[in-house]
Amino acid sequence: MTTTARHIQAYLLLLPAFVLLVSFTHFPAVASLIESFLSTPKGSRPARFVGLENYRIMIEDPVFWQAMSNNFWFAAITIPASIAISISMAIWVNDKIAGKQFLRMSYFLPTVMPMIAVANIWIFFYTPDYGLINQVLQALGFPGQNFLGDSSLALWSITVVAIWKEAGFFMIFYLAALQTLSPSYREAAQIEGASKWYYFRKIQWPLLMPTTVFVLVNALINAFRMVDHIFVMTNGGPNNASTLLLFYLYEVGFKYWDRGYASALTIVLLLILAVIGLLQFFLLDKRTHYK
Amino acid sequence: MKKLIGAISLVTAGLGLQANALAQTEVTFYFPVAVGGPITKIIDGYAADFNKENPDIKVTPVYAGTYQETIVKALTANKSGKPPTAAILLSTDTFTLIDEDAVVPIDNFVKSEEDKKWLNSFFPAFMENSQIDGKTWGIPFQRSTVVMYWNKKAFKEAGLDPEKAPSTWLELVEMGQKLTKRDANGNVTQWGIQVPSSGFPYWLFQCFTTPNDVILANSEGNKVTFDNVKVIEALQFWMDLSQKFKIHPPGVVQWGTTPRDFMEGKAAIIWTTTGNLTNIRNNAPFEFGVAMIPANLRPGSPTGGGNFYIFKKAAQKEQEAAFMFAKWLTQPERAAQWSIDTGYVAVSPAAYETERLKKYGQEFPQALVARDQLKYAVAEFSTHDNQRVTKVLNDGLQAALTGAKTAAQAMKDAQVEADRILRDYR
Repeated sequence: MTTTARHIQAYLLLLPAFVLLVSFTHFPAVASLIESFLSTPKGSRPARFVGLENYRIMIEDPVFWQAMSNNFWFAAITIPASIAISISMAIWVNDKIAGKQFLRMSYFLPTVMPMIAVANIWIFFYTPDYGLINQVLQALGFPGQNFLGDSSLALWSITVVAIWKEAGFFMIFYLAALQTLSPSYREAAQIEGASKWYYFRKIQWPLLMPTTVFVLVNALINAFRMVDHIFVMTNGGPNNASTLLLFYLYEVGFKYWDRGYASALTIVLLLILAVIGLLQFFLLDKRTHYK
Repeated sequence: MKKLIGAISLVTAGLGLQANALAQTEVTFYFPVAVGGPITKIIDGYAADFNKENPDIKVTPVYAGTYQETIVKALTANKSGKPPTAAILLSTDTFTLIDEDAVVPIDNFVKSEEDKKWLNSFFPAFMENSQIDGKTWGIPFQRSTVVMYWNKKAFKEAGLDPEKAPSTWLELVEMGQKLTKRDANGNVTQWGIQVPSSGFPYWLFQCFTTPNDVILANSEGNKVTFDNVKVIEALQFWMDLSQKFKIHPPGVVQWGTTPRDFMEGKAAIIWTTTGNLTNIRNNAPFEFGVAMIPANLRPGSPTGGGNFYIFKKAAQKEQEAAFMFAKWLTQPERAAQWSIDTGYVAVSPAAYETERLKKYGQEFPQALVARDQLKYAVAEFSTHDNQRVTKVLNDGLQAALTGAKTAAQAMKDAQVEADRILRDYR
């Protein structure tokens, strides 16, 4: 085969993936970028070029900033919490204990359930007075709380649901990684008299680093992507206390039908994700030991 | 799975019919499901019956999700140039649909005397949201209103007359105080009154503003009255129920769990849609009553629910077929059965004169309260750029109910923001 023919063959093989990627990823991104500089067409008024007007509106929009700050806290809590919980669960169910399979399955269960169903169950956990959490609180003598109806609690309440949902998923990756670790490390550590914590800190954690990078990337994307439960649980309320960036984007795009502004928000979301993704790959990759 | 089989059989039925379907007018019809019960089955049944009676028309109902999902699908399809012929969408979406230039006035199709009579046959309260600038844009179909449910057992236990619900704000507070029960630690075990405020608090708020004799928006949909002193008073009363009288749960109350709270005995009185009637009737373990929303300066409550719209970009023949379908759907007998099956309010006085609804009303008088309340009902809050303005109001209400702002501050801020949005439409 000549080089040209080989090139053609290579491109033909890439073509199906390429078509999908362009039509569902690249084209929408570019179209959003263009639309973010246009006004929103309304009935008889066509779209016109407005420059950076949509971005100016964004800077002056208090709901946008609230969504940003909410999303920051949502990410800052869900990511470390779900990673910590998933590692502990993975280490626990990796040991030889009774009912191991059952435990693994129960931890993984939240992941396979649809988020909408999960959110509907959690609404009743959070219900004032007779909800599960409030019954426990009141039995212990604490005052009941209106978790979803209190501006200072709503964001944390939906954060907990997200952690609960994610930890099981990440556990599977850690579990798989733990099982590839050679048992000789553990034996060596035991002979040397290393404590479990020392063994985890010096051996397991560094060896799990590639998994952690992968999980971190996923957790970060999810922190900006997981909004299904907000629709069911709070609708972003009370008074935007639990509005996240993507939820706000949906509201602007499909409730207010403000396409120009929604496109500008999309671009900001894309930029945030791109920057964080790149930082992670460049900074963390250097400090990660691949075997 | 059932849906899949349904879809397959629809497709095969469609293929089989194609041979003699050349002359048929196709009507695609999007509908949402917003209440419990086998709505999809009922609507599919309507379409099948209509198609049988009108062999030259083929109505295909498409279940499109919630109201919100349905309007997203319909408007997106409209932007792509291929909208459904007709759709059931919120009555409050009228301004949005006009601004998007998506729908045609129903008046275009009203030609004969009989058609005119039909258009005048609906409850006027339901037409308020549909008639703008002298044109009718939507036909009332699945309409509801807010009513008060009360737990007769709880009333008896509190030493109140179980057959008499509060009919004024004053009585509401007095009875609410007797109905609120606390345990030894001071924790409330039963609230006197509960009004949900998650999701769409503006709708429930109209149950306070209407009795306080104030309307939130003008009929052109470009001016709002949030900072009117009567509106602020109404909000203050809602806040007082929990903050001052302590007979209402604090903070924002979930819409979805409110019927459950009532059935669990955690709230002795609730305000919610008539659409919950069948659910509460089937599941409440005690006797309950349904009454009008308590009056202050006047009685009153907002209407709600969905209208039948016809899309502009559909072919004229299809539009006319859709119009026939709308007329067929709202015939008194059918409207009566629809009301019994779903709990929605039947859309015309004639429907309440039918044998079946009369009989139903005798067996279950709670179902007639909504109709009686319609005399005092006002249009559901709706303006241009509706969802955005509504959101501003909702945010203000929730800010006040959670104690983040005073009633006056919340409503003044909302007014400024709403004025900014509505400026373009004046």
